[in-house]
This record gives sequence, C-alpha cells and structure tokens, in this order.
Amino acid sequence: MDPAALSRLSAGRRVVLVSGTNGKTTTSHMLAAALGCLGPVAHNASGSNMADGAVAALAERPDARWAVLEVDELHLASVARRCSPTAIVLLNLTRDQLDRAAEVRRTAASIGAALAGLPDTTVFANADDPMTVWAAEHAAGPVTWVAAGAEWRADSLTCPRCGRLLVEAAAHWSCGCGLARPAPSWWLDGELACRAESCTPLSLGLPGGVNRANALMALAAAELESVPPGQAAAAIGQLSQVAGRYAAVTRGRHTLRLLLAKNPAGWAATLSMLSPARPLVVAVNAREADGRDTSWLWDVDFGALGERPLVASGDHAADVGVRLSYADLAHHTDTDPLAALEWLPAGDVDVVANYTAFYALQQQLGAGR
Amino acid sequence: MTTDSSITIGLLLPDVLGTYSDSGNATVLAQRLRWRGIAAEVLRCTASQAPPTGCDIYLLGGGEDTAQLFAASWLRSHRALCQAMDRGGVTLAVCAGLQILGHTMADSAGRESPGVGLLDVITRPRRRRAIGNIVTECFLPGVGQLCGFENHRGATTLGRDARPLGQVVSGVGNGSRPFGQQATEGALSDRIIGTYLHGPVLARNPALADHILTRATGAELPPLELPDQTALRDTYL
Repeated sequence: MDPAALSRLSAGRRVVLVSGTNGKTTTSHMLAAALGCLGPVAHNASGSNMADGAVAALAERPDARWAVLEVDELHLASVARRCSPTAIVLLNLTRDQLDRAAEVRRTAASIGAALAGLPDTTVFANADDPMTVWAAEHAAGPVTWVAAGAEWRADSLTCPRCGRLLVEAAAHWSCGCGLARPAPSWWLDGELACRAESCTPLSLGLPGGVNRANALMALAAAELESVPPGQAAAAIGQLSQVAGRYAAVTRGRHTLRLLLAKNPAGWAATLSMLSPARPLVVAVNAREADGRDTSWLWDVDFGALGERPLVASGDHAADVGVRLSYADLAHHTDTDPLAALEWLPAGDVDVVANYTAFYALQQQLGAGR
Repeated sequence: MTTDSSITIGLLLPDVLGTYSDSGNATVLAQRLRWRGIAAEVLRCTASQAPPTGCDIYLLGGGEDTAQLFAASWLRSHRALCQAMDRGGVTLAVCAGLQILGHTMADSAGRESPGVGLLDVITRPRRRRAIGNIVTECFLPGVGQLCGFENHRGATTLGRDARPLGQVVSGVGNGSRPFGQQATEGALSDRIIGTYLHGPVLARNPALADHILTRATGAELPPLELPDQTALRDTYL
C-alpha cells in the first residue's frame, strides 16, 4: 500500500475516526447513518479496521465529503497522524488480545501521544472509563466528555497515570494525583440522550444499555457536524443489525440471533442482552485475529447464565466446556456451531461468538441459505 | 492447615493482579474440593482490606507494570501476610505474582524495584516479550506435562534456595538459561509454587491443582473426571 494514500484520500474531507476496544463497528455504523443526513459518507462498514480498510473505504467513495472510519485501537495512532481527522470518537480501552497488545496502558499511552499532536481534532471521549480519560487528557485539541458508561472496570481499578488505587464513589472515580472523572457534556437518563440544552429520546432497534451508550457517542459526534440530535437519533433508530451482528437468521427449526463478544468487557455487556432461559451457543476461536490466549473466558461471569440448554462450540469448544463445567453448568460440546444446534430444542437460540467464530458462522449460514 | 475440615483459599489482590483472569485458579481449586465433598471458601482480599493470615492456600496473579509495583509495596506493607505465606499454607504465584515474591524485579523500562523476598529469584527485563503457548515437563512428582500461555518481559534467575517448577518443552519460560543448560520454567520453594503459565494454569492442568489440594488437605484425593478436560489438554499438548 502507498503510505501516502491515506493522507491523500483524506485531504479536503471531514473524517471522523471511531476507536476503542468494544463498540467500534456499531458506533461507526450509527455515526455513518447520522451523517448520512448530510450527504454521502465513506465508511468501512464491513469492520475492516486497519489502515488498508480505511484507504479502501475512502477510495470507494471519492464523492463523499464525510468519512466515518472504524479504526483498530492499536492502529489509531498511526492512522490518525496520517489522515488529520476532524474528530476522534474514543469509546473505551479495556483488555483484549493481550498477546498482541501486551498492556492496555501501553495502548492508551500511544493513543495519548498521537492526540497530543493533533490540535485541530476534536476528541469525543468516554468520561466513565479511566483509561480512556487518561489517553484523552493528552489531547492538544478540544475534548468533549461523554458519559458512555463502563460496565467493565476490572482493567482500570488502579490509576493509569500513577498506579495508585482509584477512589470510587458511585459513578465518580478519582485519584490523589488529580486524574478524575471529568464532568460530562453528554449523558444518558434512561432512554434519553441528554446535554445541558436538551434531551433527545432514543428509540433503538439494537438491544442493550451498551448500544444506548454507543448511540450517545454517535449523537455527540454528529452534532459537531451540525446534525441535530433529533435527526441523528431518528437515523440511528433505523438500524436493526450491524455487519450481521444482532441479526436473526432462520436455519431449519431454529431462529438464531447472532451476537459478537470477544473479551470480558464485551461479554459483560452481552450477558445483559441474552433472553432469560433461551438456549445458547457459545463459540470461541483463538486464531490470530481473536488473540491466541483464551484466558479471558475465566473473567466472563458464565454463572449468571443460569440453567438453560447450552452448547460449547468453536475451535476452542473444550476451553469453553471446561469453563462451563467449573460454573456448574451442564452443556453439550461440539466444535461446529451449526452441528451444535442439534442439541437444542426448536425455536429461538442466542449465539454468542468471538471474532473469527462469528464470521465463520456467518459464512456457513450464507452457504446454507 | 486449619483444624476444621473447610479449606480456605486466599485470593490476594484480585482487583490489582487479575490481568490474565487469574481468579479462575481460585474457582478451580474450590470446585475440585466441593465436588469431592470438602467444604471450601474463597476469600477475595482486595487492596483496601486487611489481608487474612490463616489461609490454607494463597493465590497471586498477573498484572501490568504499574499494578505490579503497587502489589509489591502492598505485600511488603503487610508483614503478617508475608510471614503466613512463608510459614504456613501453600502459595501459587503466577507471572507478576512470581516476580513480586522474588528479591528484586524490573519493569519494562529496566527500573529495578524490590520484591517481597519469599522466593530466591531475581527478575530482569528481557529484550523481547515472551508471548505464546508454552509446554513444560513438571518436576513435581506425578504432575506430568503442564500447558499454559505466557506473556511476560521478565527474565527470572533462580538462586540456590529455589528450584525450577519444570523444564521447557516449547515456549520461553524463565528466559534466563545458564549456558549449556536446559531452559526452565517457574520457581519452587517449600511452600511456594511460582510460574509464568496462565490460562488459568490450574484449569488447564488439573494434576497441578490436585497437587496443591493434596498438600493443603493432607489427604489422598479421589480422581475427578471432567467432560472436555481430555480434549482441552489435547488442544495444547
């Protein structure tokens, strides 16, 4: 790839980057829908989120004045330096693929260093996540703090700046060194997305509190581009699936709802979306794009699933199966998620898969239709 | 060992040293006792609490550099806990936990800082991070091969009072091989088992879990068959 391609293709456009550990794909789809009110938007909709994916998306839509680019958090620093974005949306930074990233704090530091060199970029950052706040406080440009929540805080109980234990009081957190939760300009009040001036009702087709938080982020970033929150919320409310995630697919006697979760934070958000007692397939791979280390399964609160028909699946079905056994959950084990359906009663089935397991399953389902 | 029949497992600093899902080791130990009809209690001891000193088993996990420094100074400030680990119970220390229990350790920038000194090891930074699946032949009798995932930048050197936990079959391990010798992994003293293997290590290696439980209970434990366990080990060995 031509190393100058990204800066050349970005020139003269308003580019917004969306990054973080979880919610990148969904939030970028929401923001692209909102900016679509203004005109054509270049968007790496498939989730191809490294520099080549950004280049391809920009090259495909030379007519688009706006671009929404989902960027892998490990590549954010280099992509941001090359495309001089109008804005960066930073959702959260938690543990994912430590075999690739080594330390969450190191990822946050590299992002902070990049933001320090971008005085013309507005940063929309999650005020509830200490690691994200620490990265964003390095920004040379303006920062808009968004209270997008942090259901998973286990990776940032100590201060990312100084290493001391953070002091927690309700939603507020702080450290003796001065790092503390900034006062947010945007927050959620139930189904309302609020800022000082007004509140906007959200009516989402996507499930879960985490998607309300993603919508809040998208609304804030869209407002910078002069899309009124009400108009943005209406566009976002049209989404019922995102790159196949949340989609319902009928296969024989089952209707599958496909969910993607690939780390403890993602699973914490996903657990709250699962219907009680509905049969569940958990499919886990550990290929390069997933991270080779399956340890994170032990930080998922599988005990919260309770009794339900359950199948451990994917390349690493045995890791999942052992994990479920230690949570006292009876289950079947089958590495092929579609073959695994044989074990489940007819009707609705939730399927939660991590990255390559999800895309392998999508292909299998496509081939079978 | 406690006088009553219940086994107490002290999970130390799960809020600070939990990067590699190390609390899974506590789950594995407690369940393997309960399934055999032995009562087990897991005490989660977070940084703001006074640590327990009467546990049968202590567990320390892994963490990032800043968390590791915090954990080391926390442990040094709780002398009674260190004495309890030195004189009673069995301790499993994984990754950063292993380094913290040594004499000195160093962060990735090479800054040296003191450990707790319960294990006769020192740790210096490696040039490259050791990341990947690892298999070792364990020196503890009856335990056999160990598999796990390592992710560390430490090169750990054993002193005279520490023995390695195993010999490396594949992977890096302690990463400080004396010239002409076999690569080793982990460190053992009378009461402490230190290792770089997470995964968590006891879920992947039930024989090591049962070795710890046999020492803690003083009893012969009947074998346990778990579905998927054989397939899990076949995945990695």
